[in-house]
Amino acid sequence: MPQSNIMPGFRPAISFTLVYLALIVLIPLSAMLLKTFQLSLDEYWAILTNARVQASFRVSFGAALIAAVIAGVFGFIIAWSLVRYNFPGKRLFDALIDLPFALPTAVAGIVLATIYEPRGWIGKLVMDSTGIQIAYKPLGITFALIFIGLPFVVRTVEPVLQEFDTAMEEAAASLGATRLQAFVKVILPNILPATITGVALAFARGVGEYGSVIFIAGNMPYISEIVPLLIITKLEQYDYAGATAIGLTMLILSFLLLLLINGLQWWVRRRSGQL
Amino acid sequence: MSISVNNISKHFGAFTALDNISLDIPEGELVALLGPSGCGKTTLLRIIAGLEQADQGDVFLKGDKVTDQPVKNRQIGFVFQHYALFRHMTVFENVAFGLRVKPRRERLGEAIIRKKVHDLLSLVQLDWLHDRYPDQLSGGQRQRIALARALAVEPSVLLLDEPFGALDASVRKDLRQWLRNLHHDLNVTSIFVTHDQEEAMEVASQVVVLNHGRIEQQGAPGDIYDHPANAFVSRFIGQTNVFDLDEHDADWLQTVGLSMAQQKGKIAHVRPHDIVIEKSTHHSDAYVTLKDWQHLGSLIRIELVKSGVNGQAASVYAEMSNDQFRRLHLNRGDKVDLRIRHAHWFH
Amino acid sequence: MNAISATSFLASKKLTLTDPDWVRYALTGLTLSIIGLFLILPLLTVLIEAFAKGWSAYSASLTHPDALAAMRLTLLVALVTVPLTTVFGVSAAWAIARFDFRGKSLLITLIDLPFSVSPVIAGLIYVLIFGAQGWLGPWAADHDIKILFAVPGIILATLFVTFPFVARELIPLMQEIGHEEEEAALSLGASGWQTFFKVTMPNVKWGLLNGVLLCNARAMGEFGAVSVVSGHIRGLTNTLPLHIEVSYNEYDFVGAFAGASVLAALAVVTLVFKTVLEWKQEQALKAARQAVEVH
Repeated sequence: MPQSNIMPGFRPAISFTLVYLALIVLIPLSAMLLKTFQLSLDEYWAILTNARVQASFRVSFGAALIAAVIAGVFGFIIAWSLVRYNFPGKRLFDALIDLPFALPTAVAGIVLATIYEPRGWIGKLVMDSTGIQIAYKPLGITFALIFIGLPFVVRTVEPVLQEFDTAMEEAAASLGATRLQAFVKVILPNILPATITGVALAFARGVGEYGSVIFIAGNMPYISEIVPLLIITKLEQYDYAGATAIGLTMLILSFLLLLLINGLQWWVRRRSGQL
Repeated sequence: MSISVNNISKHFGAFTALDNISLDIPEGELVALLGPSGCGKTTLLRIIAGLEQADQGDVFLKGDKVTDQPVKNRQIGFVFQHYALFRHMTVFENVAFGLRVKPRRERLGEAIIRKKVHDLLSLVQLDWLHDRYPDQLSGGQRQRIALARALAVEPSVLLLDEPFGALDASVRKDLRQWLRNLHHDLNVTSIFVTHDQEEAMEVASQVVVLNHGRIEQQGAPGDIYDHPANAFVSRFIGQTNVFDLDEHDADWLQTVGLSMAQQKGKIAHVRPHDIVIEKSTHHSDAYVTLKDWQHLGSLIRIELVKSGVNGQAASVYAEMSNDQFRRLHLNRGDKVDLRIRHAHWFH
Repeated sequence: MNAISATSFLASKKLTLTDPDWVRYALTGLTLSIIGLFLILPLLTVLIEAFAKGWSAYSASLTHPDALAAMRLTLLVALVTVPLTTVFGVSAAWAIARFDFRGKSLLITLIDLPFSVSPVIAGLIYVLIFGAQGWLGPWAADHDIKILFAVPGIILATLFVTFPFVARELIPLMQEIGHEEEEAALSLGASGWQTFFKVTMPNVKWGLLNGVLLCNARAMGEFGAVSVVSGHIRGLTNTLPLHIEVSYNEYDFVGAFAGASVLAALAVVTLVFKTVLEWKQEQALKAARQAVEVH
């Protein structure tokens, strides 16, 4: 049902789109599903409940969650400063926010490892002053994932903050609210949904992140081994079934996450009567 | 004086928004700040509210100097042009906001707050909408909720920025009347900003005309209409015919009844209803040609054409009631005699 | 009116919107620290480490046959994948932004799917298909076609991870622009292709270019997915990111960071162009909107 019957090219465009989608994305992904179906439920369960696998899920999801929340706070502060304040070089810094999107993950990985390793610039500083080692520990994974997650939060919060009706803040002040009350009761509730969406996006990306993490992680089984690395390890041991079962589980979890994000956005819009 | 403004100036870069403005507003008035776009009226309102800082000058509310007080300490109610209702709160929560952010020792009990909010919602006749969100309301409803929200904190003055600016014409008419009645009942000193002279004349008890950051005239609507202080006010308030002695024949003007003895300038402004016409019976020098007319409800506006000093045609507008016009039995192209009853002279 | 309110917002500090000085300084300071620590410091580190042993060590690393082979392969992969992804993106955007059909929102979700899939899984699925035990593995081996641990596998994995890049950029843009101009062209007798090249393209070119640019950055920089399917054969199946990994793991830091400096430069160039292109497309959209208002 084309919306305009004079517009040409629907059939070839949609045909190519669907064929290409099937060849590159759908058929390969379904291979993973079928491979998992070759396992019995018990076998699948055995793979997932293996202590090392469970540890890796804890590391990946734990580090990604903590990193996403920290990136949420940092990202909010950055977005706020970029939208509300003026300072020299603002546009340059604004453009730089996208660096983690554009910088290949392997480059980010070796750079972060170099900076935060015990002999690195910051790694040494932190090590000497607090005795805390960042790289080759779960903490290192968190640092890498903050780097990866930052632009997700800034780029979701920034436009919402820009379009926020500042008259609402003035209204709050005219009704006797302090600046803090205006922030907590008026600004935050309107910006929070976007912030949470950004955090969820950063989290989803962080769970699957590989390149920027493995150099700084240390990759110790049970301690700092992430799920994607475990999948590769299984593959290298020709344990295709194990790799697939873990991969599919991760895929399903990311899907649920995506669904949750969409649901959240829908709920927020409905709550404020926009639907 | 309920509101006093002393020598206020405000610049935005090279642009002068307010140029040394002083203004006194007595208790209980409903004042319109009237002027064209960019005349500084909204800036003045925001400075009185404390939303904007003046470059110089002082603001007094109820005799207290509040120039350095932040908006939240000024006890004002502000209604924003686009309402600025809190989108994430229901109507009830919006109205209750000002009561709930008070410091703990001044805060009312929850039951009293509830009662007060429902009373206010009843006052604006929208209690049935208390659990809706702003996005679910019409423009007129939002406007009234914004007003209820501002009134909740029992402000000593009420400030409204283009209160009807964002509404449909028909809703606007209803709300004007409603606002006047509400002000009559509450008797809170109120200032509203508007660029619509008809709105200012209809609603306000006092009108302040602003232009280019200066006050052109302040007074009751009738005074301003009948005795405009200068050419700008005369043109801005109501319709007017302009006769410039450089372009019009002074003799002709004298023939049609303009007494040059009263002349205080060389530009005469004549209201359309101060022009009287009748069918020309003889060849007087005062005749003009009737070109066309339009119905403006109960009035008729008549377009008359007169040949100017150097042969250029000039239009003159007259207004009269339907009945009067019908009795004249005039048609397009008729020659009519014209008489000017009253004029304002400006330099 | 607009001009005045715009200047007033810039020139005047609206009282209630101005945070106290200490808040402003603290937040600006935090912002600059985070950006400095997480974004600027890494960029500087790449340069410092790459030139740690001087210019000659740097240039020797970059002209090493393995490094050159890696760069050639990376270019080859980008040259194949970027045009394919672009053609797909344009055709998907045409179908989605210009027509209504059942399952449209599902299609949009599916196009976004590769964004939410871990790159390692993107590699894994091709191993499952073309691996020794996979569906097509034995068939490919019989016919002496090498896909896995060879260039075709790398290209396939890259096609997967770059899949949404152009479509994602074009769909919202074409939806915003609307189809009136195209209908006008068609009603004046233009053919479908003429309409596309003379009306659609000029309107979306900056956005399209931006999508292509980002797609290229990802194609050249992809690591996880390619790492799974490449087999890490030096001089043959190592892309530049893989070459960096191998050098780093062998403690050849200058070699690793020399390669990284090339990719970091690519990232910076990408960011510069992205900023410019987004600005250009924004201007074009504004002009289009104003044209509509005049009508």
